[in-house]
Amino acid sequence: MSETKQPGRDVLLDIYRIATLIKTADDRFIELIKAGQIASPYYSPRGQELIPAAISVSLKPSDYVVTTYRGIHDQLAKGIPLKPFVAELFGRATGTCKGKGGPMHVTHVASGLPVTTGIVGAGLPIANGLAWASQLKGTDQVTVVNFGDGASNIGAFHEALNLAAVWKLPVIFVCQNNGYAEHTKYEYGTGAATIADRGLAYGIPGVEVDGNDAVAMWQAASTAIARARAGDGPTLLEANTFRFRGHLMGDDSHYIAKEEMAAAIAADPLPRFRAWLIKEGHASDGQLSDIEATNVAAFEEAVEFGLASPYPDVSELDKDVVAEGAQA
Amino acid sequence: MSAVQAKKINIVQAINMALHDAMELDSSVVVLGEDIADREGGGVFKCTAGLSTKFGTGRVKSTPIAEQAIVGAAVGGALAGLRPVAEIMLMNFTTVAMDQIVNHAAKLRFMTGGQTHVPLVIRTTTGAGFGTGGQHADYLEAWFAHTAGLKVVAPSTPADAYGLMLSCIFDDDPCIFIENLPLYFVPGEAPVPGQRVPIGKARVVQEGSDITLISYSKTLHEVIAVAKGLAKEGISAEVIDLRSISPLDMDTIIASASKTGRVVVAHEAQVDFGVGAEISARLHKELFGQLKAPVARVGAARSPVPFSKPLETAFVPTRERILAAIRETLN
Repeated sequence: MSETKQPGRDVLLDIYRIATLIKTADDRFIELIKAGQIASPYYSPRGQELIPAAISVSLKPSDYVVTTYRGIHDQLAKGIPLKPFVAELFGRATGTCKGKGGPMHVTHVASGLPVTTGIVGAGLPIANGLAWASQLKGTDQVTVVNFGDGASNIGAFHEALNLAAVWKLPVIFVCQNNGYAEHTKYEYGTGAATIADRGLAYGIPGVEVDGNDAVAMWQAASTAIARARAGDGPTLLEANTFRFRGHLMGDDSHYIAKEEMAAAIAADPLPRFRAWLIKEGHASDGQLSDIEATNVAAFEEAVEFGLASPYPDVSELDKDVVAEGAQA
Repeated sequence: MSAVQAKKINIVQAINMALHDAMELDSSVVVLGEDIADREGGGVFKCTAGLSTKFGTGRVKSTPIAEQAIVGAAVGGALAGLRPVAEIMLMNFTTVAMDQIVNHAAKLRFMTGGQTHVPLVIRTTTGAGFGTGGQHADYLEAWFAHTAGLKVVAPSTPADAYGLMLSCIFDDDPCIFIENLPLYFVPGEAPVPGQRVPIGKARVVQEGSDITLISYSKTLHEVIAVAKGLAKEGISAEVIDLRSISPLDMDTIIASASKTGRVVVAHEAQVDFGVGAEISARLHKELFGQLKAPVARVGAARSPVPFSKPLETAFVPTRERILAAIRETLN
């Protein structure tokens, strides 16, 4: 551990750029929904931004990321283009999925985002298949699959970890442990002391990391990604974090103790990371403000695009059900 | 090649041959499932025997007993450009993988707005007759046919099993391929190598003018036997093997029903909310006023598949029950 790799300045600033873009997107979506400009279920990733930001800087465009209904942070970190991304959340024809996926199922194949599932745990077995294809083709692609702590209790998690171990697949299983499975606190729903411990049961490394610490997260992720890329098999990463804005929008987190929430917000990873970057001399306050302003401008342009875009024609109901020309 | 065509083969051999030919033709075709590699015996029914030896254990993968993991890996592989054929040993075990089949394989093309598609085949076998009881012999085709995005086929002969398997493997949508355990070792005409049977096309087994008998999978053979008996009485039955459940070949069904005006649908699945109900509803819409009798349905008893032999024998649509439905429809 004494010779732990350190991320360079460019990597750190890239992580900051991505994390703050996610926060910008999250803040803006909530504003738009509250203002009645869009109507949508929405699962905020506020508080978890550093995890995908710190993972994505070690990924290639051709690598796959699988995520869940709470997934805009993972999608933005993978580099989904902003305009069709926003349009998809708005259900517009110009969206990545022509408005047919929606906020819980945003995909963009060209960005390496082939699957976003609304079913807890279902992404893990599919991630294995993506990784199997890479393994067979002999590419060095890796697959990162994100899920919450709640997903570690569903059967698909266990089946998938076991198969990935047996087949030695290039997969990184990232459990973003935000402490709550919907409304249920970790210890009331999970028998294991940590999710990472569960790696042992399948013979794969289980690594627990502070997901709110950009440097630690980068180190753990880059190690796991390098291991998968080298053909040494899967890793289970447990990234501990916190969810600030409920299970879904409208949830007031009444089941979280006030002191617990207050302490988590006081330790908000984004301002902490910002202060650290300045203190360590990686960037000035002005440089970071510029990154933030650039994010806001780019995102606002995407929002305008989304709001101005048309809804899909109802004839889309009959399209993409089966292959074009085939009988449904 | 001509030597192969001359002899008869069974459905196990036909499926093995189709998998072999597809794998030889296209390196993206891969096979996975419990015990399917030669180290594990080449499949419990030997449908995959020899494949791992010839094509390697990278493309022919035995799996743990983990149906969600099997179908999930097939879905992911299909998304990434493979054409996986997943064996779910018995149809009842598809229930364990329903999320992957229904929420993912069937829907991802639509939910991604056509960015992706899932060209996979799920091979699975079923059928009463071997005393396997309530959890190893159900016909669940109606569940899958009810799901938009899935194609469902159920061949009854070796040649159709071969030709439909090739079509399903090279189809760009997920296909549920239903095999029948008691039919596995019944010999039939060998397929012509490379010849595909189109999905969604029924086969007129025999032409007739008095009544249309529609069936598929094992029950088709019972229907054919009943039709032979009818012929001795001077009753001319047209027998249709659906081969594909979804999409349904309504053109063939309507053409026959228009001609005979009387239709009986027989299948081993339960009658209620089943394939027969769908055919009946469509026929009554298309030919209302032209049918000479209501469309009749024959299927399994409304119970789980029983173990005890007399119960199991009575559970399936017997020739007697098929004949009774025909007589009622004719009168």
